[in-house]
Amino acid sequence: MAEKMAMAKAINESLRRALDADPKVLVMGEDVGKLGGVFRVTDGLQKDFGESRVIDTPLAESGIVGTAIGLALRGYRPVVEIQFDGFVFPAYDQIVTQLAKMHARSLGKVKLPVVVRIPYGGGIGAVEHHSESPEALFAHVAGLKVVSPSNSSDAYWMMQQAIQSDDPVIYFEPKRRYWDKAEVDPEAIPAPLHKARVVREGTDLTLAAYGPMVKLCQEAADAAAEEGKSLEVLDLRSVSPLDFDSVQASVEKTRRLVVVHEAPVFFGSGAEIAARITERCFYHLEAPVLRVGGYHAPYPPARLEETYLPDLDRVLDAVDRSLAY
Amino acid sequence: MTVESSAARKPRRSAAGKAGTTGSKTGTTAGTTGATGTERTTRTTRSTAKKSTDPELVQLLTPEGKRVKNAEYDPFVAGITPEDLRGLYRDMVLTRRFDAEATALQRQGELGLWASLLGQEAAQIGSGRATREDDYVFPTYREHGVAWCRGVDPANLLGMFRGVNNGGWDPNSNNFHLYTIVIGSQTLHATGYAMGVAKDGADSAVIAYFGDGASSQGDVAESFTFAAVYNAPVVFFCQNNQWAISEPTERQTRVPLYQRAQGYGFPGVRVDGNDVLACLAVTKWALERARNGEGPTLVEAFTYRMGAHTTSDDPTRYRGDEERLAWEAKDPILRLRRYLEASNHADEGFFAELESESEALGRRVREAVRAMPDPDHFAIFENAYADGHALVDEERAQFAAYQASFADEGGH
Ligand SMILES: Cc1ncc(C[n+]2csc(CCOP(=O)(O)OP(=O)(O)O)c2C)c(N)n1
Repeated sequence: MAEKMAMAKAINESLRRALDADPKVLVMGEDVGKLGGVFRVTDGLQKDFGESRVIDTPLAESGIVGTAIGLALRGYRPVVEIQFDGFVFPAYDQIVTQLAKMHARSLGKVKLPVVVRIPYGGGIGAVEHHSESPEALFAHVAGLKVVSPSNSSDAYWMMQQAIQSDDPVIYFEPKRRYWDKAEVDPEAIPAPLHKARVVREGTDLTLAAYGPMVKLCQEAADAAAEEGKSLEVLDLRSVSPLDFDSVQASVEKTRRLVVVHEAPVFFGSGAEIAARITERCFYHLEAPVLRVGGYHAPYPPARLEETYLPDLDRVLDAVDRSLAY
Repeated sequence: MTVESSAARKPRRSAAGKAGTTGSKTGTTAGTTGATGTERTTRTTRSTAKKSTDPELVQLLTPEGKRVKNAEYDPFVAGITPEDLRGLYRDMVLTRRFDAEATALQRQGELGLWASLLGQEAAQIGSGRATREDDYVFPTYREHGVAWCRGVDPANLLGMFRGVNNGGWDPNSNNFHLYTIVIGSQTLHATGYAMGVAKDGADSAVIAYFGDGASSQGDVAESFTFAAVYNAPVVFFCQNNQWAISEPTERQTRVPLYQRAQGYGFPGVRVDGNDVLACLAVTKWALERARNGEGPTLVEAFTYRMGAHTTSDDPTRYRGDEERLAWEAKDPILRLRRYLEASNHADEGFFAELESESEALGRRVREAVRAMPDPDHFAIFENAYADGHALVDEERAQFAAYQASFADEGGH
């Protein structure tokens, strides 16, 4: 039975289902137990599954990921929480040098089904290190899969799929969408984890985004429609692997592409998409692929984040520029 | 093909979906169920609120305000005058008042977040007053009382919590480094700074603050290693306030934290963190060791975070009232007041005057916060680099053109 729920609740329900279905699934992280996590995503799980399945860890991110690797080597499927985006870096060494590479180094003998959950992105008025979008830093590393849902239903299903994956998955949760509600149908047949989805059909230009920016792109498409422009909106859903086929199909139709993400534009995922789509669709494109994202600057203090983050105007500005070619 | 400038354009900015809040949602406190039968677990029961007679704990003033003798540490407060004692009291009261004002300002929407030091005044004032002007302090994000001792204007501490900057003061003007949010990082900076002090042949010392939770971080372990190996003049001042958000100290360690030092080869001492005199004495001792070339010390100030972790935390989900009540009985400010009164070191006039000074401080801080302007938009591009950077220049210029396109329309 489909039910409307907030994204945080959808992830909670998804974790609950995974814990229920497989005794090897574990949830680990700082404050995930009694407190239910600082965003309450793990609320009630320790109460129902016990302290040996839902584990409050010491305050040590390298330790959290490193021991998750060990648990995975022993046959467990840990889902670890990093409390905020900016705090993943103490664990970055373990993720990049160990988690990502052990499968290859063992000639495929070792599987590390570890999910690293990271609430990411800005727009919630937080202090520094609480609003960053470091997905490109992970997508750049072979051996890791990187995904980010944009709505409750995807959040629910992508979590199931991430846990079932035998590869490590970095699961970026758009924290400013945690409280947005949408239908979740636990009996549905979900789309594959790494498949992009057209969330709005259009003919004049494609807006491609993932995570927190999908909603913004939908709003931009609404606003553009009032001005007589028909924008297609693609939810990429997965950053690595990235579904270039779907982007290509859309661009062959609309001939224009604007990629939107919160992360800095420079060396960001938009750069990769622009380069590949230029290669694939050179003769279809009517304009260069444009990118909208953060500046090459540290994430600013809260009072400036509205200026820093992509907003409706910046997306529409890029749309205008593309259409002007 | 040229890029057409889109000058004539109305702002289409919609407020929809812009800002949510991190406000914690309340719900029922989850109880915990035991581990499954098959798993081997060791369990210790959590001992809350150590007794004041605890032999591990250095204490010079009991919770009742009685001065107790301590042969080892008394010499470090031997010359203390009644005026000094009133000064310590004043520091604690004003720091608490400042902290309460900041909490209120957060509740009124003037600050995005606040990390209260309520309960930790003695640990911070005692240790802060032990430092010398040329010493260098590396705080975490709750050291408002230490900042006070270092002469940092309290209003400056509020900028980052208001969201107008990510720091807010020049660390070198008071030898008080910026707050550090990434847990434990600053302990390594402090150690490196101390290594530099030693190389320079100076006799200053360095002090690094961190919490009991932070003691689990690799950075903190590495800072202990470096400090020990290089005999760095650094004092590690751990305020064990019993909690790291929802996790008790027992979730970080199986041995008393001060004992960790032994494994690294330097002394560790646990001091009553609610006893300002003891904190002063023990920190002085540790700083003196550092100055004398005797290397690092770990001081564990055994104290309690009486409020929430931050204003977005809900402690009712993970701890009960009894614990807080037990600690309230050991209130650091009350304790010194009792001593001052019993020994006739302070009269009613002093307390009354301090009361009005507190109110004035509260008002001043409130006005300063309200008067804090939002930063200029272009501040985003400032100071990312010391030498400048072509890409930043390019993005700044693009941003200027973009802003100007709205100005043509009369702005928004
Ligand atoms: C590396 C890192 N991980 C997680 C966090 C989130 N966080 C902020 S404060 C905190 C608890 C800190 O506890 P403790 O070190 O005991 O200091 P206290 O706040 O109690 O003074 C956590 C988990 C962080 N800031 N940095």
